Amino acid sequence: MSLEILVATILTIITAATPLVFAATGELITEKAGVLNLGVEGMMLTGAVTGFATVFFIDNAVLACLAAMAAGMLTALIFAFLVLGLQASQVATGLALTIFGIGLSALLGQNMVGIAYAGLPKLYIPFVSDLPVLGPLLFNHDALVYLSLALPLAVAWFLYRTRAGLILRAVGDSHDAAHAIGYPVIAIRYMATLFGGAMAGLAGAYLSLSYSPMWVENMSAGRGWIALALVVFGTWRPWRVFLGAYLFGGITILQLHAQAFGIAVASQFMSMLPYIATIVVLVLISRDPTRIRLNAPACIGKPFHPAA
Amino acid sequence: MLRLERRPQNSRTMMYLSPVFALALTLAAGVVLFSIMRVDPAEALYAFFIEPLTTTYGITELGVKATPLILIGVALAIGFRASVWNIGAEGQLTLGAIAGGGVGLALYEVEGFWVLPLMLAAAIAGGMAWAAIPAFLRTRFNANEILVSLMLTYVATLLLSYLVHGPWRDPGGFNFPESRVFHDAATLPIIVDGSRLHLGFALALFVVVATWVMISRTLIGFQVRVIGSAPRAGQYAGFSQNAIIWLTLLFGGACAGLAGVVEVAGPIGQLLPSISPGYGFTAIIVAFVGRLHPLGVLLAGLLMALSYLGGENAQISLNLPLAVTGVFQGLLLFMLLACDVLIRYRIRLRTRSAT
Repeated sequence: MSLEILVATILTIITAATPLVFAATGELITEKAGVLNLGVEGMMLTGAVTGFATVFFIDNAVLACLAAMAAGMLTALIFAFLVLGLQASQVATGLALTIFGIGLSALLGQNMVGIAYAGLPKLYIPFVSDLPVLGPLLFNHDALVYLSLALPLAVAWFLYRTRAGLILRAVGDSHDAAHAIGYPVIAIRYMATLFGGAMAGLAGAYLSLSYSPMWVENMSAGRGWIALALVVFGTWRPWRVFLGAYLFGGITILQLHAQAFGIAVASQFMSMLPYIATIVVLVLISRDPTRIRLNAPACIGKPFHPAA
Repeated sequence: MLRLERRPQNSRTMMYLSPVFALALTLAAGVVLFSIMRVDPAEALYAFFIEPLTTTYGITELGVKATPLILIGVALAIGFRASVWNIGAEGQLTLGAIAGGGVGLALYEVEGFWVLPLMLAAAIAGGMAWAAIPAFLRTRFNANEILVSLMLTYVATLLLSYLVHGPWRDPGGFNFPESRVFHDAATLPIIVDGSRLHLGFALALFVVVATWVMISRTLIGFQVRVIGSAPRAGQYAGFSQNAIIWLTLLFGGACAGLAGVVEVAGPIGQLLPSISPGYGFTAIIVAFVGRLHPLGVLLAGLLMALSYLGGENAQISLNLPLAVTGVFQGLLLFMLLACDVLIRYRIRLRTRSAT
């Protein structure tokens, strides 16, 4: 394998992993606060179509990313209102969010199918970006890639090094105790859910603005669900989730570079790999119930209604 | 400020009224949606929900669209009662279509009354086999059945795509990704002349009744209800949670598989890369709107079928995008989940003295 192919391969891994890092890390925070939001796929698609529409109408990449985050947050807000305000089932509401997001994004994007976008600008640093091998690998990505590298760092620091992170974890592990101490359980869960929505929206924006810069119906193709599986795979730890996302990026390259490696299998079978891999890692992690019990937020998915 | 007050007992009245409220709210949201889209709301709602039912053909089409929704919805409802979240019915439907359709293609031009029953049996087996994977992984390895069954949906779609692009492609089909058209013996008989309403609808009605009997009159139905509402009590009573997981998932797979073959051997008539506009997912809404009860599912299935039919009609008559259907369906489930708060809570005005 030549150096050129190696560089191309690593670049593919990075672009495939980036949306997963955003969506999974966002969901990690949501789940750490005790809320299980199965609507990641729907929030991602809404973000993707909003981001693309923004670029299409006002041609500003920064605004597009912000708009995608806002769209993700807005859909997350519907979810949060139903499960936190009205005590609806988190599983059912998450599914509703996914179904709604798929429909809404298809409706919003119907006039934008097939329009191409140049893609987010790469951050070009004179001289450094031109370095052989290191240049393209490290210094020639768009801003979202660098943001996705900083995100687990920030989230890990927040969760384990700040007081606010401690409170968030407390709310996820024992909402009754947190409430008794006087922390606003519902408000904290709202914020955690909104953060998850913003990150899912950003993941969507990365898909429609950078990964394959255009809008296609249902373009997330299950990545929202893979992100959910990654949170379990990473046993609710930011760096393991990040690692998992890159592992999945690695599987995607098999799919894209199979031909280059001389593997003659129908493309459909290669496309199955990420989904089958998701099932395999889920089984490997879940088979040890103690590991899940030790790491999972204890109150995940449980409704909280203060008695007083 | 509004405040939620726990009812001493869940309200049965609200349980049945909630879908009605939800439907009314969804229609109200539809008025807003259509206004934003600069379409006359009255005209749009008429095209969506009334015009499709003004012809006999329209009513039979309602049955055609409702058939897979009812079949899958009934089975999912049983699973949801036991808190077994089979989200991959779409994949089990696809496998049913592959297995049943595969038998039909293998027996191409073979005459005999047994061809069709064999296809149905193969489809049921195919759907069950696909659902057995999440059942096994959940009971043996504790893997989440939501994620596993959903991932398998993507795998099933890709498998179908491979088959119709490759080995099962119609040799005389100008390289289109389509299988041969099933011969008569492998096609479901039409039950209303001049329509597409096929025997599958009668099958769906039979499944509704059979499930109703099973859930209300047998020990299995009782176990499902107990495991779902009070898992611990169920365990003390000696009911096996694993057995319920297996049972509900296999039943879901069987019904979804049946729905798959009913689609390809019915209105579609051959295998195509895409054989369902998301029936397996819409059936989740059907199950909830139908209050997880077989009879309710029947009504909810017809309602959701109307949303598909209305979407197609509004596309033709008003040039509205087909995606409106999906938005309506999602909205309805949101509204339903919101209205369901009234089952367990009263809404009270927060007075100053109460705080």
